[in-house]
Amino acid sequence: MATMSYASTLPKQAKFGETTRSDVWWMQPLVVFLGFSAFIVYSTWAALQGTDISTCYYWFGGNGANYLSPFYSPALFGSTPHPGIFGVMPAWWPAFLPFSPAFFIMWIPAGFRFTCYYYRGAYYKAFWLDPVNCAVGEPRKSYLGERYLPLILQNVHRYFMYLAVVFILILGRDAWDGLWFKGADGGEHFGLAVGSLVLIVNVVLLGGYTLGCHSLRHLVGGFLDSFSKNKACASCFNAVTCLNKKHMLWAWMSLIWVGFTDVYIRLCAMGIWHDFRFFTF
Amino acid sequence: MSTVTFKIWRGDKESGKLVDYTTEASEGMVVLDVVHKIQATQANDMACRWNCKAGKCGSCSAEINGKPSLMCMTRLDMIPIDKPVTIQPMRAFPSIRDLVTDVSWNFRVKKKIKQFKPRPPDAPDGTWRMQQEDVDRVQEFRKCIECFLCQDVCHVLRDHHKHEEFIGPRYLVYTAALEMHPLDTEDRIPELKEAHGIGYCNITKCCTKVCPEHITITDNAIIPLKERVVDDFYDPLGWLWKILRPKG
Repeated sequence: MATMSYASTLPKQAKFGETTRSDVWWMQPLVVFLGFSAFIVYSTWAALQGTDISTCYYWFGGNGANYLSPFYSPALFGSTPHPGIFGVMPAWWPAFLPFSPAFFIMWIPAGFRFTCYYYRGAYYKAFWLDPVNCAVGEPRKSYLGERYLPLILQNVHRYFMYLAVVFILILGRDAWDGLWFKGADGGEHFGLAVGSLVLIVNVVLLGGYTLGCHSLRHLVGGFLDSFSKNKACASCFNAVTCLNKKHMLWAWMSLIWVGFTDVYIRLCAMGIWHDFRFFTF
Repeated sequence: MSTVTFKIWRGDKESGKLVDYTTEASEGMVVLDVVHKIQATQANDMACRWNCKAGKCGSCSAEINGKPSLMCMTRLDMIPIDKPVTIQPMRAFPSIRDLVTDVSWNFRVKKKIKQFKPRPPDAPDGTWRMQQEDVDRVQEFRKCIECFLCQDVCHVLRDHHKHEEFIGPRYLVYTAALEMHPLDTEDRIPELKEAHGIGYCNITKCCTKVCPEHITITDNAIIPLKERVVDDFYDPLGWLWKILRPKG
């Protein structure tokens, strides 16, 4: 049966937004659209704040603390008071382009989330309206899916996942650094402040999201057809599956919290918020 | 006892319209009960496919207030009945009459998928040995009752009519059950990528949401198959890893 002859026997494609659904079907894509848009706008703004090397609001060192915004970690580049490993900026960076240390960092988590299976399904609905929600008419007649360029590039997801796992280790180190405070004697003292908790929760949520990745689930054991032959892979698969079951929840919580972490450190660095210290040894 | 109004699609493959029926409904009734009552008292010629009334035969699939659902598993207290309830046939398949659609395309698709091909028997008596943990994963897929609600809600079929290029979520689940089976030796990955069009799936998870058997279609069947396609066709490091990684 030829394509057209079978398609011609089917009901005509519904018009955009056409549905007999009686629930508030537009609410979910609207919330996703607003949530993702707010994060994209804020994170872009936060990245661009790093173009001014006279300020360093992505790092808070007041009261002996050492909090680095996750948008700027690791500190590959940076100026006083938080210099980067490779200096202020790369020598080859074109002078006419603004430079922020965040440019070298944020493309990795952004790429990881952009190609994430949860985010794909969510933004195809909320931004591309393809479909805007289940059983609701969509605006376009043609459809290529992820079979052809550009969306076939989503298959690069596992490579972003490898980089994202490295970031979890780096952010874990940042959370650890956030537990050490410089004292009046010049030494480092173990302590706990609100900022320390913010950084710890940040790495826990990002870890829960990253380690529940569908690609990781496949790579640690999902590729097997017989788990009994490899118990280690089966255990890893089951562990990732535990996190993967709530992947959407981890995705949202980690997205909100990583943004909040930057806000917290920025406001502390600007002197607007005071970082409350619980104790120091 | 309360009065409910059902707007039921009446028509054939040429044309049709929603017709209003008002009847009395009592506590515990499901949508299929109301449809049967209307059929018995007001519209004797209304076509409606059903069989078990227990959510196990997959016959009474329809769209209730726009959501693909089994009529026999949708209780009236699950939907707002203070407003008219809309009952339509599935949109992804050709209409035969009223609420009945021609789902034979699905059976033609099933024939295209490479069949189960087990390894040689493990024992001299021609039997195999498997561990429970090896079949746990595919057991979920065998719950499918072939109601085709997942096919109906999938926008690739429903809106874009890619029936000749995409096998749909039901048959991706079927393929996953075969492909992940510990005894199976067949390779279906090249077909999945090309003829079966897994790349058309854009992970909206609508299929998972409507499945009456609560099969985690997207996360446990489609995405793992997509990852296997990536292994074979898009991951240069993976080709190396495939040589080195554990077998099984």
